[in-house]
Amino acid sequence: MSASAGHAASPAGMSWFLKVWAVLLVLTGVEIFLAYEELPLHTMLILLMGLSLIKAAMIVAYFMHLRYERTSLVWTLVPATIFVLLMMNVFFSDSLRIVRLGLFLH
Amino acid sequence: MSELEVAVTGGQEIWQGGESPYAIPSKKLGMWLFIVSDSITFGAVLFCYAYLRLASPDWPTPFRLASIENATIMTFVLLSSSVTMVAAVEAAKAGRIAASVRWLGATMLGGVLFDILHIREWLGLIHEGLRLSQNPWGSGLFGAAFFTLTGLHMTHVTIGVIYLCIVAIGFRRGKFTSDDVEISGLYWHFVDLVWMFIFPLVYLLSARIR
Repeated sequence: MSASAGHAASPAGMSWFLKVWAVLLVLTGVEIFLAYEELPLHTMLILLMGLSLIKAAMIVAYFMHLRYERTSLVWTLVPATIFVLLMMNVFFSDSLRIVRLGLFLH
Repeated sequence: MSELEVAVTGGQEIWQGGESPYAIPSKKLGMWLFIVSDSITFGAVLFCYAYLRLASPDWPTPFRLASIENATIMTFVLLSSSVTMVAAVEAAKAGRIAASVRWLGATMLGGVLFDILHIREWLGLIHEGLRLSQNPWGSGLFGAAFFTLTGLHMTHVTIGVIYLCIVAIGFRRGKFTSDDVEISGLYWHFVDLVWMFIFPLVYLLSARIR
């Protein structure tokens, strides 16, 4: 009984997964189209990474079944990961600056 | 009934959350925790690549249309192998072992095809003069950033193929359960997910338009 939650087939079914796959391919197509539009670099990066985040969320939610797991698992995994990645984005540039702080040079 | 017994047996009555608060096998939680830590590893390399890309005015754009087409095919292969992986998990959960092993085989084939296409791409770039610290096009940082990021990902794909092979053999012999197939699927989808960031960041942002 206790393992039944883990053994349950997904409520979605294969036809739904094929739809997710089709949407992921379409989003990839949009990205390739954008690559050949001569947009400013920063705009391009934001657009491409935004589309990639949507694709990643779809893969996690449907292919990795996270949507059908308990909410407690989602709350354990997702906010911590996003927080650490955002903090890394904030403090990453310090790795370039730290050499000039003189910690290692004196 | 002693107080201790009440504490012990009473605990079982209160605890009705299945085998864990998350109601998943402990192996699956382990794989999720690994994926969290691995996503932070890839996050570091991806942030690094994005910073270098935007901070370098002479960043090379070596990817001609043929390279972009090749990378698009690689993306298609990896996305499709995720679908065959889902099919393998569905078949495993339904108890259709032979079908599940066949779908796992298709997934492994996708991984191998991805590796072959990627190595062909690497060899082409190396032939054109791309090295870790220098290249004929511009910033010398490109080679180090490119090979680190795509190499780390290719290693994950290769390990994934070996992992799926072990799971497929074990599942057919009855050594592994459908849970193990599902857990190996989590890893495979994660490798696919990471490529969804590498493909636009590395290839599309360095496409040679003219």
